[in-house]
Amino acid sequence: MKLITIFLFLFSASWCAAQKMTAEKTFVSFFSKASIEDIKAENTKAMSIFNSETMDIVFSIPIKDFEFDKALMKEHFNEKYLESEKFPKATFAGKVSGFSNETSGEQAATAKGKMTIHGVSREIEVPGTIMIESGKVVVKAVFKIKLVDYSVTIPQLLWKNIAEEVEVKIDFVYKAP
Amino acid sequence: MKQSLWLALMALSVPLFSQDDLLKELEQSEKPKIEYTSSTFKGSRLVNGQTVETKGKGELEFIFSHRFGALNSGSYNLFGLDQAYVRLGLEYGITDHLGVGFGRNSFDKTMDGYLRYRFLRQSSGARNMPVTVTAFVNGAIKTSPEELPVGQIYSDRLSYTGQLLIARKFSPGFSLQVMPTIIHRNAVDKTTEDNDLIALGMGGRLKVTRSIALTSEYYYRMSVKDGNQFRNSLGVGIDIETGGHVFQLVLTNAQGITERAFIGETTGDFFAGDIHLGFNVTRTFQVKRKK
Repeated sequence: MKLITIFLFLFSASWCAAQKMTAEKTFVSFFSKASIEDIKAENTKAMSIFNSETMDIVFSIPIKDFEFDKALMKEHFNEKYLESEKFPKATFAGKVSGFSNETSGEQAATAKGKMTIHGVSREIEVPGTIMIESGKVVVKAVFKIKLVDYSVTIPQLLWKNIAEEVEVKIDFVYKAP
Repeated sequence: MKQSLWLALMALSVPLFSQDDLLKELEQSEKPKIEYTSSTFKGSRLVNGQTVETKGKGELEFIFSHRFGALNSGSYNLFGLDQAYVRLGLEYGITDHLGVGFGRNSFDKTMDGYLRYRFLRQSSGARNMPVTVTAFVNGAIKTSPEELPVGQIYSDRLSYTGQLLIARKFSPGFSLQVMPTIIHRNAVDKTTEDNDLIALGMGGRLKVTRSIALTSEYYYRMSVKDGNQFRNSLGVGIDIETGGHVFQLVLTNAQGITERAFIGETTGDFFAGDIHLGFNVTRTFQVKRKK
């Protein structure tokens, strides 16, 4: 009996694994509107796994791979604000709800979980959309992040250059198993 | 009993087996990649001399440097503030690793042009490289005095510098650099100097806050003839960064701001008070956008 339970457990675990999808294309961008200049950056090096069975979703964004228009912006972003040598990645680990994996087409969904940026973790809720297409799943979300929430402080002389809130866009394409 | 306990533990572990484990799995699946070290130093100048840093592609840096007279020159000269030498310079990033610059220093009315090329970058991860190495070469021409001294030809005013700048960022706040240097002067006073001067520079940076760092630099001349009246140059400074500007306040026994002048022809004795207050102010402009 016990043996059967173990087998069942192992079997169910491997069956769950089959629903795990790894993102094959990722795009993360952020945009900050401020009085002197707008700052935007793009990153295509993020990694993500989405389990459409358990609805678990995780992603990890390497901070150093954000590309800016200006080399100096990238340097400041890494050196002074996000301190990417100490905190090389921004991560999210959460669960998606409000979505059915049996329906195709675009659906609204919400992801709830732990966002970690600059070494600071916070529980957040992100609204987004999930689209199931032939052989792939597309997850999109747009949300705002307050810099103070993640202890990202801006020197006083610079504050006009950088908004205190930035808009983050994510766009992940997963290959269905 | 033991087995059922084990089973219970396994069952309990199922909810945990979700997001955080998934995140770990994600991180483990990551292929190792090369992590390059950036911002070993804040600017292209350490105190008087160069750092391994290059400008990003399409960046133009305007460098305005100033060295006042010696602090020990007395109240009559307002401790050196009455007299100053200036260097105005521009540096442009042709690529992220290759830069070109030129400038003019009022000390000896010297014009200089240079190239720097970063050919090794400190990295970890998929490739471990302990240091960043930049090659620096310059050519400089003294245009003072206006009339050529008797017996000299115009090319006697030229000098050349070759440097290997080798730096390591030990931690986000601490970097060190060594600079083997050779300077060739087309004409020198042969009784006290050779045309070629070999020197070894050493310097470092210690960050105090995110925007403020302490710097120091020392050039030790290795080939010095008997009777040579010059001294090794020593400098300390504070880097203050505000957005696109870097202010470097320095105290140094050198008053010239080109390699020939501060490495080879420094006359001040730092510990006797021949200290020059100075600053380097840089402003970076992005001339050509990336992409």
